[in-house]
Amino acid sequence: MYKLSNVLLACVFALSVNAQENAGLRLPAGFSATLFADQIGTARHITINDKGVLFAKLNNANKAGQSIVRMEDANGDGIAEKISGWGKYGGTGIFVKGNQLYASSDDAVYLYQLDANGEVTNPTAPKTIIQNLHSRRQHASKSITLDPQGNIYVNIGAYSNACQEKDRSVGSKGMMPCPILDSAGGVWKFDGSKENQSYAQGKRYATGLRNVIGLDWNNQTNSLFVTQHGRDQLNTFYPTMYTDAQNADLPAETMYEMKEGDDAGWPYVYYDPFQKKKILSPEYGGDGKLEGGKNALDPLVAFPAHMAPMALLFYKGNQFPAKYKEGAFISFHGSWNRAPLPQEGYFVAFVPFKNGKPSGEWEIFANGFAGADNNKSPRGAKARPCGLAEGPDGSLYVSDDSKGAIFKISFNK
Amino acid sequence: MQFKIVSLIIVALFYCVQGNAQNMQKGKKIYETRCLACHQADGGGVPNMNAPLDAASNVVGKDIARLVRIIRYGYNERIALDGFYYSNAMTASPDLKDNELADLLTYIRNSWSNKASAITIAQVQAAKKKK
Repeated sequence: MYKLSNVLLACVFALSVNAQENAGLRLPAGFSATLFADQIGTARHITINDKGVLFAKLNNANKAGQSIVRMEDANGDGIAEKISGWGKYGGTGIFVKGNQLYASSDDAVYLYQLDANGEVTNPTAPKTIIQNLHSRRQHASKSITLDPQGNIYVNIGAYSNACQEKDRSVGSKGMMPCPILDSAGGVWKFDGSKENQSYAQGKRYATGLRNVIGLDWNNQTNSLFVTQHGRDQLNTFYPTMYTDAQNADLPAETMYEMKEGDDAGWPYVYYDPFQKKKILSPEYGGDGKLEGGKNALDPLVAFPAHMAPMALLFYKGNQFPAKYKEGAFISFHGSWNRAPLPQEGYFVAFVPFKNGKPSGEWEIFANGFAGADNNKSPRGAKARPCGLAEGPDGSLYVSDDSKGAIFKISFNK
Repeated sequence: MQFKIVSLIIVALFYCVQGNAQNMQKGKKIYETRCLACHQADGGGVPNMNAPLDAASNVVGKDIARLVRIIRYGYNERIALDGFYYSNAMTASPDLKDNELADLLTYIRNSWSNKASAITIAQVQAAKKKK
């Protein structure tokens, strides 16, 4: 009897979850959301082909032993009913260009061929486009995007917090110059059609980036935009300089437009959004006020600290109202290094753009991923926004890499 | 006679519990200053990055020497725990004294949903001798 009542309760609970308005998300007026897919695995980045077939790259293979999941909503009800997958390796990056599907592990980029129906033709024998990139645990994920000429841009995150002699250790100095920057801590550029490339065949396109997970090519400016994860633990390693409350707000998470040869300043400086300055890192003699990074870029947008921007997407479609056209959506995974202060993030933000430049303040676009009554602990969050993709009809898709939900957000005319 | 034994046991238990409560309190303080930033207030860690301590098999397990080693020397390898992987580097705490290590271990083994044996200074000292 006890068991039966439990089963009934579970059923009621499951029904109420499914019936949640807008899949539990809070959206601006006129928008709605469906749960396009759920429990597919640790869905990192997502991409959609011109027929609306969605592909997700999983951080770890799911229970079905797949690490790339293909989802199709043939009847157009906003819920994928055809779900399949392949691949064994975990990773983050995925990008479709015509019939070519690029996917990354933490040290390589592979290329799959799709047929006219968007079905993969070589699931077990992809071409290896790039290989042997550094994958040293921290910031190992490789995000990818392509430009219209077919060049592929790969983030190689710094395997360090602030390039200390001894990483994440009290009192350890910053290395000068930081030796990590020769092979990580930046974005590398490769030929998207050549096989078996590595560092020797690629080019360090931009540097001074601790870890970029969100990146997108902007067709208006014909340039690369990135979002960086700022450094952690100013209060932990420099408790006399930074209080817990200051650490919770420093440094900003930042968006840059990166042209070839640009430098965003990591590890020597971080961006303080209150002083609006590039501040010398304490590992390099900074005191919270001394400025640095004369030749480093200033960010185009500064977001609150530690929220972890996971994807960047310039909106090209016509479905959403005019203010969204050419603007940037950014997914925020949610913070951990604000503790002991409450965590923040767990939403999708929007930055309006005009003529290729931000034209207003950033705002929260979609919220509620963490769950209605959640305290926003990283573990307790119901969903952690990660990948973003725009469908051919202009709908916006958001992936969750904790439980594997895919949300589809549409505007109701 | 029997009454005396019972009251002795009660008194002994009382001191044990109180001693444990003091150790827990001291351990909590150390946790808040050194561990909480990464392992979080709920002991839940951060998916893919910082391993959870709550409901973690090796935290409530028997290999005390390994726990002592990780706290003293830090940890700089990808760690597999209960079916998930965690990749962040952990800061070393070589300056913690034996009694502080015991209090901290007692705290993390008995907080959140964890219910494991308290750790004594003697256990920490024995653990340090193991390689």
